[in-house]
Amino acid sequence: MLKLDKVSKTYKTGDKALHNACFEVPAGQVVGLIGPSGAGKSTLIRCINRLVEPTQGSITLGDTELTGLNRRELRRARRRIGMIFQEYALVERLTVMENVLSGRLGYVPAWRSYLRKFSPDDIAQAFSLLDRVGLADHYNKRADALSGGQRQRVGIARALEQNPELLLVDEPTASLDPKTSRQIMRLIRTACQERNLPAIINIHDVMLAQQFSDRIIGLKAGEIVFDGAPDALTDEVLTTIYGDEDWTQLRGDNAEQSTDPEAPAVDLAEGV
Amino acid sequence: MAEAPMAQSYPTRWKRPPVLLTHPVWRKIILLGGLVYLVLAIQTVEVDWQRVYLGLERGWRFVQGFLVPDFTSRWNDIYAGLMESLTMTVTSTVAGILISVPIGIGAARNLAPAPVYLACRGIITVSRSFQEVIIAILLVAMFGFGPFAGFLTLAFATIGFLSKLLAEEIEDCDRSQIEAIRATGASWWQVVNYAVQPQVMPRLVGLSLYRLDINFRESAVIGIVGAGGIGATLNTAIDRYEYDSAGAVLIIIIAIVLVVEYSSSYIRRWVQ
Repeated sequence: MLKLDKVSKTYKTGDKALHNACFEVPAGQVVGLIGPSGAGKSTLIRCINRLVEPTQGSITLGDTELTGLNRRELRRARRRIGMIFQEYALVERLTVMENVLSGRLGYVPAWRSYLRKFSPDDIAQAFSLLDRVGLADHYNKRADALSGGQRQRVGIARALEQNPELLLVDEPTASLDPKTSRQIMRLIRTACQERNLPAIINIHDVMLAQQFSDRIIGLKAGEIVFDGAPDALTDEVLTTIYGDEDWTQLRGDNAEQSTDPEAPAVDLAEGV
Repeated sequence: MAEAPMAQSYPTRWKRPPVLLTHPVWRKIILLGGLVYLVLAIQTVEVDWQRVYLGLERGWRFVQGFLVPDFTSRWNDIYAGLMESLTMTVTSTVAGILISVPIGIGAARNLAPAPVYLACRGIITVSRSFQEVIIAILLVAMFGFGPFAGFLTLAFATIGFLSKLLAEEIEDCDRSQIEAIRATGASWWQVVNYAVQPQVMPRLVGLSLYRLDINFRESAVIGIVGAGGIGATLNTAIDRYEYDSAGAVLIIIIAIVLVVEYSSSYIRRWVQ
């Protein structure tokens, strides 16, 4: 379980990116984090694994208070938190296998990772995850030889290779086509369900967020302005978060788009 | 408002406004002043036409010597000088690379803490502030004539060149890849090994080959001030008015530089 209590972040430039964020995420819950650009979504999820240092407040994962940790303890905490990135953030000149195994870096000493000597369990898990995301045959390809959708699958496998207790997902579908976006979201969603894994998914596409999350949190100018079920996301709420827009019209367009036959949930390897 | 019967007429002429010297009067004064100074400065250069004539005559003897290069009569000297130069080049380049890599990492702002950064930048600045010939003169005075002084000179110069460019390459690395590896709980060494090294490796190989090329050419120059190698042979040949042997030495230098140039562009493409 993840708990945020009055977390704030003010950057050195004086920008107040986040102000008094309080919420809890129980095990297995998928939270969609929505809000306009610059609302503090990226800052919020980066505060949790302290890629960005929060200025105030406390964040607790399980029994660990994350905000007070020293560097060594922070590394130990980070390996419990898997992260999936916008634009995939794979190390492009490494192979797919190395990228997935890099999820184990927090667990192995530097000399072993330097020699690429990972334990048989780690390697078996990496193969099984690659099989799971439909990339079983690609393990020796270089990451930059893959398509966008394939790269994000590798990103997911890397995060799951950590055996995380929490998944942080930053704009997973930002540069993907609508169909691949759906497949990626479905993959993340099923992975969370199978492992009873809580996740925070920072996402621009409101309809996608509603479809794939258990709960929606809306951020505006660093403050949480909505926290509730996806169904409760009415046009009025969207207007509070984003400002005026013809939401009904947008929903209509989107419904038309998604009438095409949906791929079955297990068929994750297609659309590569 | 009624529409105008004719389309509004827009200007058909446009001139780019002056960017640097915007004031029209000052612009003329500065440009004119610069021109006057240039003319006056050129007039102070004394040209002794008789010496020019004699110099040209001597130059013609050079050319005649180079047109009939003599590889055989001084072959033993040339061979010894060449071997000395090549040994000096390769050893100094390898030693320089080995020392440059840690200094380059230390001089990258995104990897090193401030004190290390300043220390490494200091080393680079010292190494870069002296031209090879000056260092060679100092080291020859310290360690005596011969290739050891040359080796030290080239290794020292390599450090300034390679560390600086490597540090800049590291600072230009894709930040999201570094962030992704840090987020897995990786230690500093692991971040360097998994996120930075794959990104900078092709450039490091390219720069090292380029430095090998430079070191070979420099070895010919510093030989003239007593640091051994093919430069010493060339100097002796010119001192003895043996322009045909000097021509042979120059042709060999050109040939080796060409070989290094072609092979380095091939190797760089191969490691991409």
